[in-house]
Amino acid sequence: MMLNRNSLHTPFAIRDKVFDLDFTLLISILLLGVISMFAQYSSSGGQFDYHAKSHAIRFVVFFFFFLAVSFINIRFWNDYSLLIFILLILLLVVVKFFGVQSQGSRRWINLFVFNLQPSELMKVGIILFLSNYYHKISSSDVNKFKYLFYPLIALLIPFMLVLSQPDLGTAILILISGVVITWLSGVKWKIFAYLSGLVIVLAPVAISFLKPYQKSRILTFLNPDSDPLGAGYQIIQSKIAVGSGGLFGKGFLNGSQAYLNFLPEKHTDFIFTLYSEEFGFLGSVFMVFLYFLITFRITQIGNVTRSIFGKLYCYGFATAFFVYVAVNMSMVLGLLPIVGAPLPILSYGGSSMLAMMFGLGIVMSCNVYKNNTVS
Amino acid sequence: MFLLTSFKAIVLVGIFGRLASLQINESSKYKSLADKNRFRERKIAPPRGIIEDYFGNEIASNAKIYQLHITPEISNDVNALLFRLKNILNLSSKKIALLQKQIAKKKSWDTTIISDNLTWSEFSRVNLFLHELQGAQPVVSIARFYKDNSSAHAIGYVSEISPNDLRTKKYLKDLNIEGVEIGKTGLESSLDEQMLGSPGYLRYEVNAYGKKIKQVATNTGLKGKTFRTTLDQNIQKISTEALEGVSGAVCVMDIYNGDIISMVSSPNFNPNSFVHGVNKDEWRGLSENIDKPMLNKAVSGLYPPGSTIKTLTALSALENDIFNPNQLIQCKGYIDLHGERFHCWKKKGHGILSMRNAIKRSCDVYFYEVARKLGIDRLSVTAEKFGLGRKILTNFKEEKAGTVPNTKWKLNQIGKNWYIGETLHSGIGQGYFLSTPIQLCLMTAQLANGGFKIKPRMLVNENNEINNLQKYLNYKKENPNDPDTIDQQIVNFSLEPLFRNQENINFVKEAMFAASNEAGGTSYRSRHNDKKFMFAGKTGSSQIRRFTAEEREAEVKQTEITYLERDHAWFVAFAPVQDPKYAISVLVEHGGSGSSAAAPIAKKVIKKVIERHETRTSQTKQQIVEDI
Repeated sequence: MMLNRNSLHTPFAIRDKVFDLDFTLLISILLLGVISMFAQYSSSGGQFDYHAKSHAIRFVVFFFFFLAVSFINIRFWNDYSLLIFILLILLLVVVKFFGVQSQGSRRWINLFVFNLQPSELMKVGIILFLSNYYHKISSSDVNKFKYLFYPLIALLIPFMLVLSQPDLGTAILILISGVVITWLSGVKWKIFAYLSGLVIVLAPVAISFLKPYQKSRILTFLNPDSDPLGAGYQIIQSKIAVGSGGLFGKGFLNGSQAYLNFLPEKHTDFIFTLYSEEFGFLGSVFMVFLYFLITFRITQIGNVTRSIFGKLYCYGFATAFFVYVAVNMSMVLGLLPIVGAPLPILSYGGSSMLAMMFGLGIVMSCNVYKNNTVS
Repeated sequence: MFLLTSFKAIVLVGIFGRLASLQINESSKYKSLADKNRFRERKIAPPRGIIEDYFGNEIASNAKIYQLHITPEISNDVNALLFRLKNILNLSSKKIALLQKQIAKKKSWDTTIISDNLTWSEFSRVNLFLHELQGAQPVVSIARFYKDNSSAHAIGYVSEISPNDLRTKKYLKDLNIEGVEIGKTGLESSLDEQMLGSPGYLRYEVNAYGKKIKQVATNTGLKGKTFRTTLDQNIQKISTEALEGVSGAVCVMDIYNGDIISMVSSPNFNPNSFVHGVNKDEWRGLSENIDKPMLNKAVSGLYPPGSTIKTLTALSALENDIFNPNQLIQCKGYIDLHGERFHCWKKKGHGILSMRNAIKRSCDVYFYEVARKLGIDRLSVTAEKFGLGRKILTNFKEEKAGTVPNTKWKLNQIGKNWYIGETLHSGIGQGYFLSTPIQLCLMTAQLANGGFKIKPRMLVNENNEINNLQKYLNYKKENPNDPDTIDQQIVNFSLEPLFRNQENINFVKEAMFAASNEAGGTSYRSRHNDKKFMFAGKTGSSQIRRFTAEEREAEVKQTEITYLERDHAWFVAFAPVQDPKYAISVLVEHGGSGSSAAAPIAKKVIKKVIERHETRTSQTKQQIVEDI
């Protein structure tokens, strides 16, 4: 419950702790941040003022936030995870009633400085909460009905809240994050199988609740050429952009698909398409490698950190991070339907950036305080 | 944990695989798709090929035109701009409403053509006010221009592409140029593909909304081919003047090489009207005119040849040894055959005459007798040999073939047997016979050149080679005392004779001379006394309606019956008599008689043709070849 003052505030301690940072992870994040600035610069047609500037400011600010989170003892995050989770649930409720509406969905809270999207933060919040939850209960109790019930409720509340915004993409990602943690903590396959069975049975009912645009997205995914100027347009144009990039790409600022606005949402969900068009197969492979490296390092940190909370959190976050990347890339490459999932760090958007940096910060904290036990 | 790692590995492989397939395997496909997104091409029409007359004067040329385009995007207020232009150019409110509709349909950066053919004064007015006409762009372009109307039918006109053109003309399928004009009739139509040239293009980059970002490349295309025709623009004008006020046609042909020197149909129309879209009133005027100005009567007008066919009836009878030219027949004004009475045009009759006089005075009774003995089938063979009943021009879509009747033809087409009475009518060119002025011109030319086959042409070919007949002619000039017989010469020069015995041809020519130059000849009144212009010709009239017995008794004149029932007047001739060079055919619709309506027109034209003979022949082969 108490902060460890010694480890947090003395200059001597900080210098010590700096060397405990995982530099591979740190450099990968910085590299991604730099690439993201160039990509945003290109998405605005070679202008700094537009997206690139605010993206750069955010990255710098949130990078320091990330460092700050890293140096806070892992115990703190364990102790406050329930509080953070409840706070985020409250924010989602606030969004539900007082949120800023844009393009038919209500996802943001107006904080005057910027619009906060609590659902993005919830992606990390759910991992944090569930890691804490399974850390507290004994591993033998994991499969007991009583202990299955709480996490299910904790997962369904934010899921339903986000789904009703409506934001199918983020809701699914929150669900996946939660499921991954639950599974890692030792919940049996059988239970997932039963639940999946239930979901499949209920799927037709759920589909009837989908918004028309969500239905059409799924249908177009199945056959994008059926409506090339309507909903399939995004997938087709994205594939054209990526494919036309070729092996070496068209060069920085030379992506015609992006520059001439054929590419939709090029600064957010489709930022990878823009990057891929300009830097080609080699550039794309490098980026995938970078993301994989980050995931790998997070898992490694999970391996070395001693607390169950830390391990669960790292494995969970690594998997969730990987899923975010995989879903976004599969989506823009036409392997999955367009659901609206940003690419971590690269996509424009403050809340997503904040959530990722916060999540990574806790990972780093797990590394810095790897030898600390958590009560 | 192992499961999770393998899952990640599979997903990773999936993403790499997808990237590889998109960016390496199918890269070229997507590159071209991206270019298709990115580039728009607008084809631009290259300058159309020019049509010249024999001397290199442009008959159909390209002239500068002044247009006004507007781009709504540049303008602050399009409606205000239109209102301003309405006052400057005196546009109608209807036109403005139409333009507003057009503009509303397009994107704001697309240009709309306000007027595609401004007069110079309108254009300069627009330029004067240009500083206050933001969004308006004066544009100088080129379009087809015809200096005068005399060749409107022979050359034809151009106009915008119709859906029907796209269906029927294969070469237009890939063309797809906005605002291009294509040939609709005459040479403009038959030479269209070559005169269009190959289109150029403007390639520019567009964004996702279709807005032009920048021009990437231009290609002006290849100018269409220029053609030199055999026509003489001076004679075209003279022929047109000669036909002033009547409905008809004039054809003039070089009897040795088949050059069509003049082909005129009257009344004509202004081909320039069609280039920018003919207006409704003008079109109504043209289509409702009973004289059918749009019809090229020289090649598509079908008329019974009338007495002009007597030349061939006589020739056929002589060639087939049916008749002796000295055989005398008495014309009482009619003959009776199997109880039917056949009248001569001269009620009192011609008295006793020989074949020469029968041609000279155009006696019908004499040729009833000739035809009766000759029979329709033999006559039809001769008529077909001389070019009747078939299309004689190459690739001239308006041309009609006409009819040369015979027993078989009647059985096939009408399903009835031939009557002997019909043979009599056919012998004087009435009944089923139908021919065009150009066919009769060719017939006359082939009689005049001594009975040799020639191929009529409207284009000077690139090598401008002389044909065998001309070679033979040159040889004869240089060796006047060559002892070889005509049959021997035919073999030497591989000529294509249309006769068995050239004497028969000469007989017909001599009889035609008599008809024009001896007192009592049908066209004696239209003769030229100057030997230089002297011609030999044959009149004719094609019957529209047979006179009733009462009318015949009352000797009703052609001028006394209603216009549309009057006979068509024919005259065919060759000149000069001493050394024939040109053949002419003149048709005057509802002109009454050939001698009074058609021969005087021929007289005028022949004079001009002969006067220009020197100029024409001094245009050497070399000059023409170099010019082209």
